[in-house]
Amino acid sequence: MKKPNVAFYDFACCEGCQLQVANMGESLLDLLGSINIVEWREVMSEKWDMKLDISIIEGSITDKHAISRLKRIRKRSKIVIAYGSCATIGGVNGMKNSFDIEEIRKYVYGDSYQFFPTEPTRAIHQIVKVDYFVNGCPVYIPEFVTVLKAAMLNIPYYVPDYAVCVECKMNENVCMYERGVTCLGPVTRAGCNSWCINNGNICYGCRGMVSNPNIKGSQEVIAKYGISIDMILKKMNMYNKCRELD
Amino acid sequence: MEKKNININVEYITRVEGHGNIVINMKDGSLDKCRLEIVEAPRFFEGMLRGRSVFEAQHITSRICGICACGHTLASIQAAEDALGITPTEQTTKLRKLLLHYEILDSHILHIYVLTAPDLLGVKSFVPLINSHNEVIRRALRMKKTCNDVCDILVGRHVHPISAIVGGFTKLPREKDIDKMLEMLKSMRPDMDATLELLQTLKFPEFERDTEYIGLVSDDNEYPLLTGDIGSTDGIRINKNEYLKMTNEFIVPYSTAKRSKLNRESYAVGALARFNLNFNKLHPKAKEAALSLQLKPKCINPYLNTVAQLVECIHCLEDAISILEDLKNNPLNYNEEIVVGLNEQKKIPLKSGNGVGAVEVPRGILFHNYQIDENGVIQNANCVIPTNQNTGNIEYDMMKLVPEILDKSEEEIRLAVEMLVRSYDPCISCSAHLLNITLLNK
Repeated sequence: MKKPNVAFYDFACCEGCQLQVANMGESLLDLLGSINIVEWREVMSEKWDMKLDISIIEGSITDKHAISRLKRIRKRSKIVIAYGSCATIGGVNGMKNSFDIEEIRKYVYGDSYQFFPTEPTRAIHQIVKVDYFVNGCPVYIPEFVTVLKAAMLNIPYYVPDYAVCVECKMNENVCMYERGVTCLGPVTRAGCNSWCINNGNICYGCRGMVSNPNIKGSQEVIAKYGISIDMILKKMNMYNKCRELD
Repeated sequence: MEKKNININVEYITRVEGHGNIVINMKDGSLDKCRLEIVEAPRFFEGMLRGRSVFEAQHITSRICGICACGHTLASIQAAEDALGITPTEQTTKLRKLLLHYEILDSHILHIYVLTAPDLLGVKSFVPLINSHNEVIRRALRMKKTCNDVCDILVGRHVHPISAIVGGFTKLPREKDIDKMLEMLKSMRPDMDATLELLQTLKFPEFERDTEYIGLVSDDNEYPLLTGDIGSTDGIRINKNEYLKMTNEFIVPYSTAKRSKLNRESYAVGALARFNLNFNKLHPKAKEAALSLQLKPKCINPYLNTVAQLVECIHCLEDAISILEDLKNNPLNYNEEIVVGLNEQKKIPLKSGNGVGAVEVPRGILFHNYQIDENGVIQNANCVIPTNQNTGNIEYDMMKLVPEILDKSEEEIRLAVEMLVRSYDPCISCSAHLLNITLLNK
């Protein structure tokens, strides 16, 4: 098999998902042995403006310049992987969409706000076609490796479409609702091995919503624990605000 | 001096965190433009924080930056606790100091090996080094992974820590975890020694510009990273709550970037600033390393920030080992493990207030400031990022540097300036307060 030419690109994001790759340790060299990384601005000065087999894209899209850059990358790439929550569902950057754009620009930048053009945050697939999704804030490296292998073999990868609770139960965690806290596990896609709950925190919904949430079950949970709709919506909007633009 | 025309436009500086451009224009031998532009897509974190519970703040602000996620978490928690009037327990503070050591180690190692070393070894990135310096790259990845693994044990992961929250930790390391972390860090020592040896062989550019260095200072003997007052090498000292006095970001007519200044036209923060302010408080091994690298306070060569980073790595590694050994002798109290939640159980009394967090993160002093209402909801937020504070200083450095190296080719000048910017280890994703101007002559 010929080594595919791969590039990392980033838009509005924290670059933490790319960093997850650097945290693989010496096994990164095995990964680099099977692909040609031709461009990766965060850690490399090499540039590449030709055709690409695989583009791995981190970040969400928030301005016109980004839209045209993204379209150019799509054109050059056989395969596009949306990498991390910002890219797959808009991520925390989506919270901006809860505000009046003009108002939030003025709030952060004062009189100079006109220098900061920004549009409602969008996920990658809301602009161009995406072939693979690697969810998570940050991405879960074992899943990324699986997706990369699928992309290299040109076979599909299906993101789990069942709730985080499934993995959470397997990990024998005490349910957060039983501990008196609201958690988004019941409506969030699994695939992270219930990372946050394993460490005593709640699920914030960073992998996006399942496509077929158990509506009745959720209604019962909300009623049983007396959770305010406002609060649960606010929690959902931390990561999933951009769904409204799908 | 010869009349020279230079036009350097670097779009998207590589091997830095985030998107920045360098623009230098020299007309007939005089400097017309010298700028570090920040072109990161603004994400409006401070605006988005409004209306969110202060108990969610660290989860959100951690996402400002993937490299210094733990630093933002710690500054955010400090600001939130300050606003709520919570004093962390001694145990919590100890573990937070440990986390901060891990963070600084992790970030500095990435910067030294992956972002800076290629310049000093004359290549474009770490990729060619895989063949030419395989052992060096393996060592770097090994060290990076160790930092990452100890973070995994302590807070669930390094990129966006999970268990460090307002009030303490949702999961405390067990005895076997402490043993494991200790073993990992001790096994890092030979690699750290080798890193020191590597740096002793590398030649850094010679350039000096005197400036004011700012960082945390304190009256005790500890190298201050998590708590302290704001101090400067010009002898100024102010309480962290008065941080706006120094960061008061302002705009100057001939430049587009907001600036910070205290006593002079600009100041610097980061490893070199901390080294210059608190050299005497470093771990003896770190001091020894500094001397072996001919690094002495007050050092005014910005390129040597990378060397100061290594000195800090040794300090953080040794001090982290001491903290863990202390935890072995004085076991943790597991009753302090707290349940997360947006204070749904109303376990923490709420009041309105204003809180400031000031923490030394890898790139310098970081401020988070939240104003909350009586329900603990954020009304106003401000985050002042080290890289923003350094931008003015970087530009003044460039203005002094370029005329000094005019005899070199444009390519060499470009590299020297890029290296200068990289030596500050800018974290542009974090920087959200700089103006992006499209140049007319582009």
